[in-house]
Amino acid sequence: MPNLLELDEVEARYGPVQALRGVSLTVDEGEVVSVLGANGAGKTTTLRAISGTVSRSGTIELSGKALKGGPEAAARAGVAHVPEGRGTFVELTVTENLRLGAYARRDRTIKDDIKRVSEYFPWMLERGGQRAGTLSGGEQQMLALARALMSRPRLLLLDEPSLGLAPMIVREFFRTVRHLNENEGLTVLVVEQDARIALASSARAYVLEVGRVALTGSSAELQGDENVRRSYLGY
Amino acid sequence: MLAATFADFMQQVVSGLASGGIYAALALALVIIHRSTGVINFSQGEMATLCTYIAWTLTVNHGWSYWPAFVATLGFSFVFGVATHRVVIRPVERGNVLRVVIVTIGLLIAINGFVVWQWSGEPQALQSPFGTDTIDIGGVVISWQDVGTILVTLGIVVLLWLLFQFTKLGLALRAAAVNPEEARLVGVRVTWMLALGWGLAAVLGAVAGMLTAPSVGLDPQMMQPILIYAFAAAVLGGIDSPFGAVVGGLTLGVMLNVIGVYVDFVGAELKLPVALLVILVVLLVRPSGIFGRPEVKRV
Repeated sequence: MPNLLELDEVEARYGPVQALRGVSLTVDEGEVVSVLGANGAGKTTTLRAISGTVSRSGTIELSGKALKGGPEAAARAGVAHVPEGRGTFVELTVTENLRLGAYARRDRTIKDDIKRVSEYFPWMLERGGQRAGTLSGGEQQMLALARALMSRPRLLLLDEPSLGLAPMIVREFFRTVRHLNENEGLTVLVVEQDARIALASSARAYVLEVGRVALTGSSAELQGDENVRRSYLGY
Repeated sequence: MLAATFADFMQQVVSGLASGGIYAALALALVIIHRSTGVINFSQGEMATLCTYIAWTLTVNHGWSYWPAFVATLGFSFVFGVATHRVVIRPVERGNVLRVVIVTIGLLIAINGFVVWQWSGEPQALQSPFGTDTIDIGGVVISWQDVGTILVTLGIVVLLWLLFQFTKLGLALRAAAVNPEEARLVGVRVTWMLALGWGLAAVLGAVAGMLTAPSVGLDPQMMQPILIYAFAAAVLGGIDSPFGAVVGGLTLGVMLNVIGVYVDFVGAELKLPVALLVILVVLLVRPSGIFGRPEVKRV
């Protein structure tokens, strides 16, 4: 069985600046995988390469089929990308954000899905008419996750979900992600600055350094690795 | 005496609402494009004039009656608006806003030149679909032209509101306008949505043009003052607020009409400067307009 996601020697650049210098990684169906690294190591760019929001070369395959074109095509192929800094439409309401999450789908079970997704976030049903911009940071991050779920993604990409959130909210967010992974078999590739929570939530991890994979292994192995501990866990 | 005065006043209000409906339609076109492309489309008035000439050609040269010509012109204007975005605006859209603004000014000149070349500068008459009859409601004499203008503009505005508020396409149009990067991530084809926005704006302009022509006469400069009024209406209501554009248009229409009649020295001649004064005062006192939200820049 092929991997759900496979990146082989992927390079990407912003104008003259090369951000990825040949990244290869795989994510299996039903797996949570994290990507760690310092600022500028290429974590965000890796996700952007997968969803097609940066021009890239090398091969990126989803279930053995090449992902080509822009983010519209990636969304249609089943990739849901929650970008850094909350991925919500702040001027639109909670319900409208959820409806947009299902935009790329063709079936008409959106109402059922809003109910299903809201089971994880009960407050969203009651506050469906509220503008997303008036939600708290944590609520917006939850809404971004809920919106991604509305697309029934085959692969969820999360970019720095902990950014700017209180530790308690971060834990709640990752608890929900693990829950979705265990209950619904959701496959997740998460980029995180907070290595501790990322390793605690994922089965495997990749460590990026200046646009290349420097280290990879199971999260337990990496937690025990002297260098990882010193560089990313800080003890 | 007093009753007659009140009836006069109401007459001015109703005919002000009719002009205001036209300003509102064109202001709404400006707002739709400003929200999606981020610029004021200076050629909005000329695009409307061109479309009105299409309607005129269909009725006069091809013997169509008004309403079929009206609908056909709406179809033409939609395609024209979409094509304008795809061919002229899209190549310059990335980067400096000023470039797009200059391109729309270029379009204004080009379309005006084309209209004069094609139809000459001679004023033409577009028949009124509502006739010249009037009705008398409790001493207030209202022309069917005014009633029809109000109903058609309101009808179009309501249809657009339904589209934007209750359909998947409308939601995608709004998403593409407020946050294009995010919209692409959920699978919205943003460049097409922007083009559709230009198409809808052109339709609104065509409606404004076809309702203006029967009362003021059709000539290549017809929509230029209307565009100034539409600017004033959009600024008054808030340049990013569709609802504000409609309220701003109606308010301005009534205000100008009443001032024109009751303030002696203004008359018909000084209406345009009054509109410019409105723009100036609003920009000084409340730059975001009545219904606009002040722009907040995140640090």
